[in-house]
Amino acid sequence: MSSSVLRRIRIVFSTLVFIFFVLVFVDFKSIIPAKYINTLMFLQFVPSVLKFYDLKTLAAGGFLIILLLTLITGRTYCSFLCPLGIGQDLNSRIGGRIKKKFRRYGFKRPFTILRYSILAITFLITMVWGIYMITLLDPYSIFGRFMTYFVKPVFIIVNNFISGILGKFDIYTLSNVPVKGFPLIVYSIPAAFFLLIGALSLTKGRLYCNMFCPVGTFLGLISKISLFRIKFNESACTRCGRCAMRCKSSCIDFLKPHVDISRCVSCFNCIHTCQDKAISFGIVRLKKKVHETDESKRKVIVGSLLLLFGLSRVANGQNKTAPKPKKESTVKENRTCPVCPPGGGGITDFNKDCIACSLCINVCPNGVLQPAYKQYGLAGIMQPVMDYHKSFCTYNCTKCTEICPTNALHPLLLEAKKLTQLGKAKFIKDNCIVKTEKTACGACSEACPTKACHMIPYEGNLVIPEVTEDICIGCGHCEFACPASPYKAIFVDGNIVHVAAKKPENVQSEIKTPVEFPF
Amino acid sequence: MKRRDFLKTSVGGGIAAGAALKMGGFDKLWSSAPPVSKYDMVAVMGGNPDAMFDLGIQELGGMGTFVHKGQKVLIKPNIGWDVIPDLGANTNPLLVKRIIEHCFKAGAKEVYVFDHTCDNWVNCYSNSGIEKMAKAAGAKVVPGNSESYYHEIEIPGGIKLQKAKVHQLLLETDVFINVPVLKDHNSTRMTCCLKNSMGLVWDRGYWHSNNLNQCIADYALYEKKPALNVIDCYNVMVKHGPQGVSKEDVVSMKSQILTTDWVAGDAAAAKMLGVAVEKIEYIPIAHKMGLGNMNLDTLNIKRIKM
Repeated sequence: MSSSVLRRIRIVFSTLVFIFFVLVFVDFKSIIPAKYINTLMFLQFVPSVLKFYDLKTLAAGGFLIILLLTLITGRTYCSFLCPLGIGQDLNSRIGGRIKKKFRRYGFKRPFTILRYSILAITFLITMVWGIYMITLLDPYSIFGRFMTYFVKPVFIIVNNFISGILGKFDIYTLSNVPVKGFPLIVYSIPAAFFLLIGALSLTKGRLYCNMFCPVGTFLGLISKISLFRIKFNESACTRCGRCAMRCKSSCIDFLKPHVDISRCVSCFNCIHTCQDKAISFGIVRLKKKVHETDESKRKVIVGSLLLLFGLSRVANGQNKTAPKPKKESTVKENRTCPVCPPGGGGITDFNKDCIACSLCINVCPNGVLQPAYKQYGLAGIMQPVMDYHKSFCTYNCTKCTEICPTNALHPLLLEAKKLTQLGKAKFIKDNCIVKTEKTACGACSEACPTKACHMIPYEGNLVIPEVTEDICIGCGHCEFACPASPYKAIFVDGNIVHVAAKKPENVQSEIKTPVEFPF
Repeated sequence: MKRRDFLKTSVGGGIAAGAALKMGGFDKLWSSAPPVSKYDMVAVMGGNPDAMFDLGIQELGGMGTFVHKGQKVLIKPNIGWDVIPDLGANTNPLLVKRIIEHCFKAGAKEVYVFDHTCDNWVNCYSNSGIEKMAKAAGAKVVPGNSESYYHEIEIPGGIKLQKAKVHQLLLETDVFINVPVLKDHNSTRMTCCLKNSMGLVWDRGYWHSNNLNQCIADYALYEKKPALNVIDCYNVMVKHGPQGVSKEDVVSMKSQILTTDWVAGDAAAAKMLGVAVEKIEYIPIAHKMGLGNMNLDTLNIKRIKM
């Protein structure tokens, strides 16, 4: 095909994919059902590979389709399905509006050593040590974090603004959503990438995808033997160079004319722009690779600290001020292990499979999942951890386990989740209001869904909490509710490996249905 | 703009508001005419929640005694927990629906329903069945999940609780109807009328850490008192309260208590639960502070069995 139909298809398709991705990540009302989210995630390359590795089932074989697609059509994935790629195209468009120069690309020498080194190092580190490089560089995860850290708060702020106005007119279809920021330190990595990718795509098209992205480089390798590709009708070509100027990947050397297929993302802009109809997308037999010796500039992007803090400030909205009892609690909580989300199975298992895409953090209706900054150590930075000072894990919910694209969180049935012990509540009597203030409290036991935390007689008419550990599921509602400050009187210490909790036993009350009023 | 002006005055807070209150005349803004009925309390037993309410409110002179034409009504059930109606952790949805219908029949301009929930509010509203029923009856179901909905008020005379942030609906409406569900409570032994007001305020943690029982009684000092309390004793959680673990915690009592005096209501509810009134510390405290009468013998109670 040589018309611009291909380009139009690409634009429409990728726009739809992009909108869907944005909606999934900013859906603070949890409206989108898990099955749609899973359909979308099925074709994400890295998550699919990891899920397949974990489950060894074709139900997670989306990446095989991508491989096949690449073998046939080249890196169409990068233009049609990768949310980060599509986002960059959008940004490039904006760049062109700002300055025409930004949209004139021209041929550039590939960063061969850099990109293959990154791919090799990513592969090696993943094989030998773990998932860290993938977490850092997987385009889907990067996109997920951009949405979670920077875009979603904007949507919530707009929602709150509109709901505030509607509220004045007595309309409550939209409700105020409290914005809760993350610890500042976890913004550093997404902010650095945001600046890097933002600046590169604004001025240089798909340079990030062809310089850093390991998925792009890997698919580029495969596309070297792809069936369909951009080809020139050399007799019709007038060497005008328009195609090279419009090529976001800077991969068309119009003088030869030749396309560096390993960098071509099949955006079809060249076909659209060629006035001589000399470019088409079709079957080509392999040519010998021509090595280039051009010098090209190296760009170094330095993240501005000011902007970094500016961005994090956006998300750091209202924070509920902790209630202050008269006396301050004195005994520090002795946490031996962080609490990893339900379905994670255990800390080690979870840490090695999670790419910190933050999707679970977004779908959690309670906001208890927070990006870790030190809980899992440096390697687990940005992976979700249960933060019981922010919120608690609501009893009747399995949302996060339903949507994990890498299967780092395994799906759990509600009944199974209700008996999955993520950690155990530990009671610190010396911090407890009942002991320090000698007044009734019971906020922890009130909140406990299994009554693992219950009240036993104390001095006089007072009752004080006690924990039955084997029926505790570590949901953290007790810790969240505890008003003791600065240290809680009850906290959940994570289980290194999640275990099954005992089902709470209950007997029918001896109180009978009354037949007369007792007063 | 009466509503907005009023809101400004009340949240303007501080000395000005306090002084204004002392000078008096402010009460008119809230009060419907004091309800006149031969009974201090009506207790009904043996029917469905809606049918019992029909009978009970009739004995109190009909809803028109409490709600006048064109008024805005706040109905505050307990929607604290993400459980189904049968487990008795939340107010019975049928009862809420029936009360709303009576309000509209009495000429209410608007009826609002909300609670500051303990569990996730969206799940609580939907799984309690209250959102659906209330909307079906024509009420507005309003969120209470964000601090931005709450405004600071003063509680003059409060011993532990002198200030609280209450939901804007409490300030904006003309009539407040308290619709608690009777339940066991792990710490205060019982939750009913007075304790239901913890769902009106934002910062419950303060109450818990500053003498819970005293704070519950203190809050009852606040001017905006319930015009009517309807206590749902249909399915009563007699242990493991206030959340409950399973249906074994629930006893079917098929009863309902209607009263204008929430201290008396709590005293009667304690008897239903089989707990000595003195054991529920906030009741005698509130009684001593003159916020109501816990001596049921001195009250004129109408008892109806269906």
